[in-house]
Amino acid sequence: MTPGGDLADVRAALDSVTDPEIPVLTIRDLGILRDVSAEGDALTVTITPTYSGCPAMDTIRADIRSALSDVWTGSVEIATVMWPAWTTDWMSEDGKRKLAAFGIAPPGPTGEADAVLCPRCRSDGPVLVSRFGSTACKALYVCDSCGEPFDHFKAI
Amino acid sequence: MTTSTADHVTYLVRHADDCLVLAQRLGEWSSRAPDLEEDIALTNTALDLLGQARSLYTMASEREGGGRTEDDFAYFRTEREFSNLLLVEQPNGDFGLTMARQLFFDAYQLSLWESLSTSSERTLAGIAAKAVKETRYHFRHSSAWVIRLGDGTAESHDRMQAGIDALWRFTGELHAGDELDRAIAASGFGADPAGFAEAWDARIDKVLGEATLHRPEDAFQRTGGRTGVHTEHLGLLLAEMQVLQRTYPGLVW
Repeated sequence: MTPGGDLADVRAALDSVTDPEIPVLTIRDLGILRDVSAEGDALTVTITPTYSGCPAMDTIRADIRSALSDVWTGSVEIATVMWPAWTTDWMSEDGKRKLAAFGIAPPGPTGEADAVLCPRCRSDGPVLVSRFGSTACKALYVCDSCGEPFDHFKAI
Repeated sequence: MTTSTADHVTYLVRHADDCLVLAQRLGEWSSRAPDLEEDIALTNTALDLLGQARSLYTMASEREGGGRTEDDFAYFRTEREFSNLLLVEQPNGDFGLTMARQLFFDAYQLSLWESLSTSSERTLAGIAAKAVKETRYHFRHSSAWVIRLGDGTAESHDRMQAGIDALWRFTGELHAGDELDRAIAASGFGADPAGFAEAWDARIDKVLGEATLHRPEDAFQRTGGRTGVHTEHLGLLLAEMQVLQRTYPGLVW
């Protein structure tokens, strides 16, 4: 127990913070949450943006504050770091499973040719419709087998 | 060679201005692109560039001592105070011209970020290491379009070539470099764009070759952006971008 509250409670509260665009993934699943530390009653939560211009960052900061308000009585600083640069390789395996179940094809390992599977029928021959999808982190595909249009989380 | 804090700020603001002005231009395509997917692609690219601009303005502001905010840089400077490249302020024209502009800039910016990711300044290296991934993606996108249009119908070929030809006179400025660039490069803080020319030529020649387009003859090259001497188009762009903050200073959503 630290003066501001219990760090285990803080971590649990942070695990309830999801990405506003992809609500099945927590900021930990996505690799946005980088570090949590406390000095006395001053808590620092360190996050990193997925893309330089990610418009969800302000909402994520507000959601973190709101999630911590019940478990931390001291001050909360949310630090944003650019280094090391975020990569989809930080996404948890659990996160990738949740993403596929949600209908978004998860990213493969970076540096390898992207093997995109249709999240609906698992066909391995989807066709790229657009390199840019509904958010900066996704591209738009359509399945050649079942005809399902879907987003693919780009491996970067 | 030693460089001052003011030099660092000037250098950061140059590159931030390139990103901001091009983001504003691409944003003008919103709801007007040839198809819905492209509408999203152009505005996504704009968003990446806007994010890069914000990171650089914020860093410049911190260097300066926090007197000016990123909004001050964007909304309360005049045309002569903007130091962006002339290429990025050129009007959108048709889709071919927009893609020619994007290809030229992406091929340059790729070398810039690659180079800055080894900056002795950790914050700048971090910004660059993140941005290079985004720019690599932009370059793939613009290359694909230039090839598709160049190697497409007679109409698309001619319009793509016209776009390449019209903007060629602004490409020399990408690698011109000046005293500040050389001093900044020597100090390890940044990079001299003169060093990017070879990689740029190779990238452009490869794409133009695949696109069955020809590389224009090297002719007179316009410069002046880095010292605030712009083409007539920047003033109009800034007027639209800044009107709300100029009219109601400090207004927030």
